[in-house]
Amino acid sequence: MEKFNILEGIAAPMPLINIDTDMLIPKQFLKTIKRTGLGENLFFEMRYDQNGNEIKDFILNKNHYSKASIIVGGANFGCGSSREHAPWALKDFGIKCIISTSFADIFFNNCFKNGILPIIVSEDLHQILLQDAEMETTSIMKIDLENQKIVRNNGDQLDFEVDEFKKYCLLNGLDDIGLTLKSADKISRFEKEYSEKFSWS
Amino acid sequence: MKIMAKSRTLYDKIWDNHLIQSENDTSLIYIDRHLVHEVTSPQAFEGLREAGRKVRAPEKTIAVPDHNVATTSDRLTNFGSEEGRIQLETLDKNARDFGIHYYAVDDIRQGIVHIIGPEQGWTLPGMTIVCGDSHTATHGAFGALAHGIGTSEVEHVLATQTLIQQKSKNMKVEVSGELGNGVTAKDITLTIIGKTGTAGGTGHVIEYCGNAIESLSMEGRMTVCNMAIEGGARAGLIAPDQKTLDYVKGRPNSPKGEKWDKAVKFWKTLFSDPDAYFDKEIFLRAEDIAPVVTWGTSPEDVLPITDSVPSPDNFQGSKVEAAKRSLEYMGLRPGQKLQDIEVDAVFIGSCTNGRIEDLREVEKIVKGKKVKSGIRAMVVPGSGLVKKQAEEEGIANSLKDAGFDWRMPGCSMCLAMNPDQLLPEERCAATSNRNFEGRQGRGGRTHLMSPAMAAAAAITGRLTDVRDI
Repeated sequence: MEKFNILEGIAAPMPLINIDTDMLIPKQFLKTIKRTGLGENLFFEMRYDQNGNEIKDFILNKNHYSKASIIVGGANFGCGSSREHAPWALKDFGIKCIISTSFADIFFNNCFKNGILPIIVSEDLHQILLQDAEMETTSIMKIDLENQKIVRNNGDQLDFEVDEFKKYCLLNGLDDIGLTLKSADKISRFEKEYSEKFSWS
Repeated sequence: MKIMAKSRTLYDKIWDNHLIQSENDTSLIYIDRHLVHEVTSPQAFEGLREAGRKVRAPEKTIAVPDHNVATTSDRLTNFGSEEGRIQLETLDKNARDFGIHYYAVDDIRQGIVHIIGPEQGWTLPGMTIVCGDSHTATHGAFGALAHGIGTSEVEHVLATQTLIQQKSKNMKVEVSGELGNGVTAKDITLTIIGKTGTAGGTGHVIEYCGNAIESLSMEGRMTVCNMAIEGGARAGLIAPDQKTLDYVKGRPNSPKGEKWDKAVKFWKTLFSDPDAYFDKEIFLRAEDIAPVVTWGTSPEDVLPITDSVPSPDNFQGSKVEAAKRSLEYMGLRPGQKLQDIEVDAVFIGSCTNGRIEDLREVEKIVKGKKVKSGIRAMVVPGSGLVKKQAEEEGIANSLKDAGFDWRMPGCSMCLAMNPDQLLPEERCAATSNRNFEGRQGRGGRTHLMSPAMAAAAAITGRLTDVRDI
């Protein structure tokens, strides 16, 4: 996995609440057996009309925001299905960080597994960052994961929380399976005891 | 000094039994059952191949195709799309290459993964069960900790039979009292979501309890737990009781003989201690629950069928904009009576409501009546065995006589990855679980409800109070 440390980029405002995984990547694109190539279909139904033409008003179709690497999104971002195609599509488009007041659990986890940093902020900070994102001139932000800071265009630094283990994995681009297999002996011991105690399982 | 054991919830107990190691907030838990389907697994198996890894516990891994399969009788040769065909073939190959349990499309036991897990006795109380599908919460009806995972986690479980997790908080939803006429498990679960909102359970595992929950059949309990995810909770649980044991006993993969006795003894310890701590508690009176329908594009947009379409001004904050957008998408105007909304299609099926009891409910409503002319009404049994049982009980004939299209098992129009889809602006009374924009087909308009309510809508051609039928 690609390492995540400092990200500087354009933040796109998407204040709509309950942005679900069907909006992020509709079902017709789930038939792939690959992880790549989903970016062009990110937000498909909001982004393209019935004839496949770009809908000009949609935020990520606007020239400036089409290069966004951050989304400031509404509450309960990523609700719905467990499809990892949603973070795959975001990543393929170039989104590496999402800031919201809340995320759906499965989506939140899936982001970390793909080098995307989801940041939870308070309502107040969210309002400030949304306003920043809405103006092209202030929409460029810096995300410093190591020091857990969001740096606004005016230089203000805002703190954010992130789980220690997830931060460690992102900073080092670590693959979970490799890490877990370091405990292979422990898993085997557990499995043996467990299968004796719960013989029917 | 004797140390008193701390009071624990059912979730705490299952968690503790599966905990391998824990550091800070990050834990490694053991997984008892891994269910796999064709859509969220190909990249995971590919990852195993690239790294030269095997499936650690093929005997605990069960694969079945369901999302993509066509529900027409020619489905062994008609795949709807080339990509769909490739995805189904990939699962077939992966299941055989890695030696995991597999129910192929032509096997009568094939069906929706969350229907066949319990049906085949893979789902047992006290287990940890995962699947690359958010409706894995269904299996919580047996007192198992069951939840959806992403494809990276699918690969992780395949390779290690473990999952890296942070423990969730405990939430209790108690429903007590007697359910009114025409009120079903689906109305309970939708009403709860209407009350808590789609993020109300985020970060929590819900335990459903109270005598109204206990009074439900296993099928009804599965319907309730199935939609825990729509309430934001990864998992929903119901403590096992005699009904659970009766359902599990004698299933192909449930324990037999001595093992059964040992298991039952353990399963009887699976309940929340009386003074266990819950971080959040919600109480509902069964008498306050009516037959409900959704009006918007979020499962929290729930109202009793006797109500009217709300105005966005009734809401606060960012929900005002969301409600405006929903009404525009749904083609509805504030003040319109819900019972005046005409439908074009009716969909009965899915992992929420595709079990035998659901089909019996539908039969009760439609027997001897006709689907209103011009309405496209389809019934999709949740598995080949549900289909067979419904045919043997005469349900299939009653429904066909009424004008329903009787289909082969699969996820069908719940998520429209297969050929079963709504057309733009086509309006559907659906027994599935999500009414998101485009969920059942681009521009399609979904109203969620119980099987009985969907059956009533099929007959009248509009959203209907089942108590009036």
